Amino acid sequence: MTIRSSIRFRYRGETVELSNVGPMDTLLDWLRLDRGAMGTKEGCGEGDCGACTLAIGSLRDGHIVYEPVNACIQLLGMVDGKEIITVDDLAWGGKLHPVQSAMVDTHGSQCGFCTPGFVMSLFTLYHQGGPVDRRTVNDHIAGNLCRCTGYRPIADAALATCLGQPNDAWSARVGEATSHLADLDDDADVFVGSDAVFFAAPASEDALAALYLRHPDATLVGGATDVGLWITKQLHTLPKIIHTGRIKSLHRVAEGVDGLTIGAAATYAEAESALGGIDPDIAEMLRRLGSKQVRASGTVGGNIANGSPIGDSPPVLIVLDARLHLRRGDTERDIALEDFFIDYGKQDRSASEFVVRISVPRLADDQVFRCYKISKRFDQDISALLGAFRFTVKGGKIRDARIAYGGMAAIPKRALAAESALQGIRLKDSNAWQKALAALQQDFQPIDDMRASARYRMETAKALLTKALIEAAGEVSNRTRVVGTRGGELESVA
Amino acid sequence: MNLSPKFDAAAATAEVGRAVAHDSAARHVSGSAPYIDDMREPAGTVHLAPGHAEVAKGKIAGMDLSAVKAAPGVIAVLTASDIPGINDCSPAMGDDPILADGEVHFHGQVVFAVVAETRDQARRAAKLGKIMIDAAAPAVTVEDGEATGETVLPPYEFLRGTPDEEMDKAEHTVTGTIRIGGQEHFYLEGQVAMSVPGEGGEMLVYSSTQHPGEVQHCVAKMLGQSDATVVCECRRMGGAFGGKESQAAQWAALSALAARVTGRPAKMRLDRDDDMIMTGKRHDMRADYRVALDARGVVSAVDMNFASRCGYSADLSLGVNDRTLFHADNAYFYPHARIASQRIRTNTVSNTAFRGFGGPQGMVCAERMMDQIAILMDADPLTIRKRNFYARGRDVTPYGLKLEDNIMAALVRELEKTSEYKTRRRDIARFNKKSKVLKKGIALTPVKFGISFTLKHLNQAGALVHVYTDGSVQVNHGGTEMGQGLYIKVAQVVAEEFGIPVATVKITATTTEKVPNAAPTAASSGSDINGMAAKRAAGAIRDRMADLAAKLHQAKKSDVRFAGGKVYAGNAEMSFAELAKECFLDRISLSSTGFYSTPKITWDRNTATGRPFLYFAYGASCSEVTVDTLTGEMRINRVDIVHDVGRSLNPAIDIGQIEGGFVQGMGWLTTEELVYDDQGLLRTHAPSTYKIPTCSDVPEDFRVNLWASKGNRENTIYRSKAVGEPPLMLATSVFSAITMAIASLNKGVVPPLDAPATPEAIMRAVNAMKVEG
Ligand SMILES: Cc1cc2nc3c(=O)[nH]c(=O)nc-3n(C[C@H](O)[C@H](O)[C@H](O)COP(=O)(O)OP(=O)(O)OC[C@H]3O[C@@H](n4cnc5c(N)ncnc54)[C@H](O)[C@@H]3O)c2cc1C
Ligand code: FES
Ligand code: FES
Repeated sequence: MTIRSSIRFRYRGETVELSNVGPMDTLLDWLRLDRGAMGTKEGCGEGDCGACTLAIGSLRDGHIVYEPVNACIQLLGMVDGKEIITVDDLAWGGKLHPVQSAMVDTHGSQCGFCTPGFVMSLFTLYHQGGPVDRRTVNDHIAGNLCRCTGYRPIADAALATCLGQPNDAWSARVGEATSHLADLDDDADVFVGSDAVFFAAPASEDALAALYLRHPDATLVGGATDVGLWITKQLHTLPKIIHTGRIKSLHRVAEGVDGLTIGAAATYAEAESALGGIDPDIAEMLRRLGSKQVRASGTVGGNIANGSPIGDSPPVLIVLDARLHLRRGDTERDIALEDFFIDYGKQDRSASEFVVRISVPRLADDQVFRCYKISKRFDQDISALLGAFRFTVKGGKIRDARIAYGGMAAIPKRALAAESALQGIRLKDSNAWQKALAALQQDFQPIDDMRASARYRMETAKALLTKALIEAAGEVSNRTRVVGTRGGELESVA
Repeated sequence: MNLSPKFDAAAATAEVGRAVAHDSAARHVSGSAPYIDDMREPAGTVHLAPGHAEVAKGKIAGMDLSAVKAAPGVIAVLTASDIPGINDCSPAMGDDPILADGEVHFHGQVVFAVVAETRDQARRAAKLGKIMIDAAAPAVTVEDGEATGETVLPPYEFLRGTPDEEMDKAEHTVTGTIRIGGQEHFYLEGQVAMSVPGEGGEMLVYSSTQHPGEVQHCVAKMLGQSDATVVCECRRMGGAFGGKESQAAQWAALSALAARVTGRPAKMRLDRDDDMIMTGKRHDMRADYRVALDARGVVSAVDMNFASRCGYSADLSLGVNDRTLFHADNAYFYPHARIASQRIRTNTVSNTAFRGFGGPQGMVCAERMMDQIAILMDADPLTIRKRNFYARGRDVTPYGLKLEDNIMAALVRELEKTSEYKTRRRDIARFNKKSKVLKKGIALTPVKFGISFTLKHLNQAGALVHVYTDGSVQVNHGGTEMGQGLYIKVAQVVAEEFGIPVATVKITATTTEKVPNAAPTAASSGSDINGMAAKRAAGAIRDRMADLAAKLHQAKKSDVRFAGGKVYAGNAEMSFAELAKECFLDRISLSSTGFYSTPKITWDRNTATGRPFLYFAYGASCSEVTVDTLTGEMRINRVDIVHDVGRSLNPAIDIGQIEGGFVQGMGWLTTEELVYDDQGLLRTHAPSTYKIPTCSDVPEDFRVNLWASKGNRENTIYRSKAVGEPPLMLATSVFSAITMAIASLNKGVVPPLDAPATPEAIMRAVNAMKVEG
């Protein structure tokens, strides 16, 4: 394999090649401090406000796709092979871009500090090729905070411009841009730096396995939506970074009849239609996981590997009986996902071992699935708790129940006592549910923190199980939910 | 959504009243509007990061900063002893050290500041400081503070009549308590300042501040030199909301100190977490009240007490808590009243100004009282509200001001109709009967907000206008631009005065060099007072120009007109630029200052008499919500607003203020929760844990209309009304609607809902309903 000791990307109509990239350099700092491109702002430095949003173009199946990315937590090396577009360069030939003019026309900026980020989010929405409605717009800008406007004019700007086929300087030069990115698309292993301090982005699983074996102390990075914050917020020193994003096989999302497999480096954006296809509640969970920006970079693999007790996908995947495929050197193994989580900060993963892929079975015809995310704010918030439920129902009776929660213990964890209490009961017998609700108290001793009290967590864990049972027993979800109602129902809540 | 504002189209103005875009709109959307961190740094600029101790209270026993000093890139480590002048950045009381000296009073208080070649180096080095503290138990909550008995300021109250006697003889009394949370400003641009040292001790300070004059003063005091040697400039802020009124000074002072110590330009931009830990927020309060009323729910007396968490120092707590009292009546007449406030000292960051400046807390309590009365009487809360409105003969506030401009009844009548309040309330009652899990609520609440600084001397403004010989105009005033559109409104006023297009008026950065001793841009007064000052400045120049035009064309001065970029004198016409040129040749000054002091303000705090406000801004909103009674999740279905801005200077800007203010208030009362642990550490110090509204929280059905006003009764700038703060309080209708949704669970029981109404707070109230039932 060839090794490339530089990163290359497209910026301002040129190919930029950098051979002196620190493992902890962020894209935002490179723009502002190195290039003096000051349009992109820093509002939080942790991926939560969207002020630093820019557009990244990548090739997907030979087509260029523009996605919004938080530059504050994107490592510079991660943009290898991509195109970067920032607000500074959006006006073309002295004319504002349609989304920019619309933002002026609707009075979409007040203090203006959030505006560059919104403009870039809208630019990527514009390039999705609408038409859009308010819900789509809401989802698309959920990762952009504005403290001044109240959002209405910004949403109006989106509704006025994101109508269909894009027609701007980028759509006019899409062929050219595509071929530039195709030219950058080599299969070299990127390694910038020295053996002590480096940014590496191997191009194959084998190369990754070998490199990680050599550097067990390196930090693996998928989308850096966690690791980025270790750098910008916790100010950790991470001298060795291995980015998995260049490995095409790890991006693969394969859909089979019985289930799917998701490569560890597949972003949420890449995985969401397949994963969300299993059940509408999963699509809704993914819609509310982070923001468009977070989902454009963040990976399902990272969500599992970080071992967080409040990650949203693990409880869902555990309930679905997902399996995790791990590799160390040349050795592969696979385990049930629930066995991966041992204790807080402790997973069944040895040094130099990495997640390769996750396989997720589909639901059987006699299985009912539900999951609910509870957070202070609906969009782009970390869960106070999340409950996932799968009931196998035969002849009106629950034959099998799988229940898992996030936010209720030090790890994403199954509610074994509640599960067994439901075994064999009649689904519609709400008196029989009580034992299971009470059993949750044996299953969990949640904690108090800034997101919720232990008491609320416990009480709401019960409420979510109740809700899942009510719905499984036939109640339509627009009578039981204020958000994320499942499609195909009679009347709407609002 | 209905955006066509109804405003008086009959008014014959060309630029004033037009929906002109924000002056920086095109630059905002292009990323080419520079904020302080975007300015080209002068060569050699150094960067600062603050260091703090990990405890909330204690004596500083010692410090080991050797690792900080030895860290890569570090040039200096500043501590209190480096300050040549006075170590204070408080707005008045002298109780806010720039760098802690001897003691730490809250978690996040800055003890030292690192100066390094890069910001990253400074931040990383700051982590290495070791501060040894003899820790003491902190007073964190209002109740902790009550237990210690310490206050930052003496209590204050309004007393009218004999509330205690009225309570005794009343047909009914109700009592209650509500906790009202604080609020983080979350301006998108964090605190930032850059200081550039000059000759002879001069210091040029770029600061993101609502009060350049105070930054100038603080820096001068800190350096031990005169105000005249320090210049503070601010072109724009990326949001402020009160959070950069007094809170900007500390970072400006530290950057100036670093500039002095190193002789190099110095910049300090706070990291978001530091910003949230180290700067003040909206005061959170516990309000306890007793109300006497008759059988129709008409209030005869109130006894209200607001226990306010002020934090460790006074900051602006005097004015803030006074304003709580001024607005504890909201729109309601209290014949007998005791309205009191306790300014409690706690070991938390010193709370400060925030849009509404204490008023919102007073109003939330008033609205809770109305809801409670209605629930207990099984009446429509709107009926109870109307019965208690100020009206003829019932029009004197508890602080003795006679309302002269009260339009509340008419405004609410209109909103009641356009929002279809009655029918929807009926439909909701029907829905709630059928629906088990989900419950809806609707509420229509008023806002009456007093305009003027209650600190009388702040009601003044200056402006400076220049006309150049090519006819171009430059305007400057003491007000700052934080997104509220002040600059464009003032430019419109100046353009109107000269009869020229607003696009030809050059707006310039606010600087203490051009307009000295300016008041903070606060209390919603920005366009009222700066607009008036600029009008006077421009008017003085126009007057001189008109004299010459009359002379040149043998016309009567009264026949000289300025319009459309031209000047008409009798039958003659010339361009504005030609006349400017003629003035120059005739040696007539084309520059003028303008000054304005708000008339009629006579408030005397010591005697609690006189008039604190020139006028009131009015508004009302109607919100409908759905609550999930299993989880406490809540969704807003629809919001209708009618708001009074007098004769709007710029309806687009005003609508923006109304919508933005409403959404900010909605966040305050719903998702925005500040959580301190029992050691006084703020646990919600980043957007990951502190949740301001996102786009999807704003209902798609959001109908905002301007009240069809004939203009402010008072002679304000073009008869407009201030709009910055009042709309925030329109969001009380959301809180009341949630209260009503929960109340539907158990007739006659008042939900003990506290603000913010997070899912957890809603569930606490829901559970209490079950218990009571
Ligand atoms: C603003 C914001 C909002 C968020 N909201 C949510 C939310 O709503 N719900 C939620 O669950 N999470 C949320 N997160 C957290 C985060 O986005 C997710 O956990 C994400 O899935 C992490 O993926 P990543 O690829 O970015 O991980 P990285 O940051 O790249 O890595 C995370 C961890 O996984 C390890 N890792 C990565 N890939 C591998 C691999 N192949 N093998 C072994 N280890 C690996 C890394 O070493 C690291 O320890 C949010 C984050 C941000 C910044
Ligand atoms: S700066 Fe807030 S998301 Fe990047
Ligand atoms: S315009 Fe100020 S934050 Fe959006």
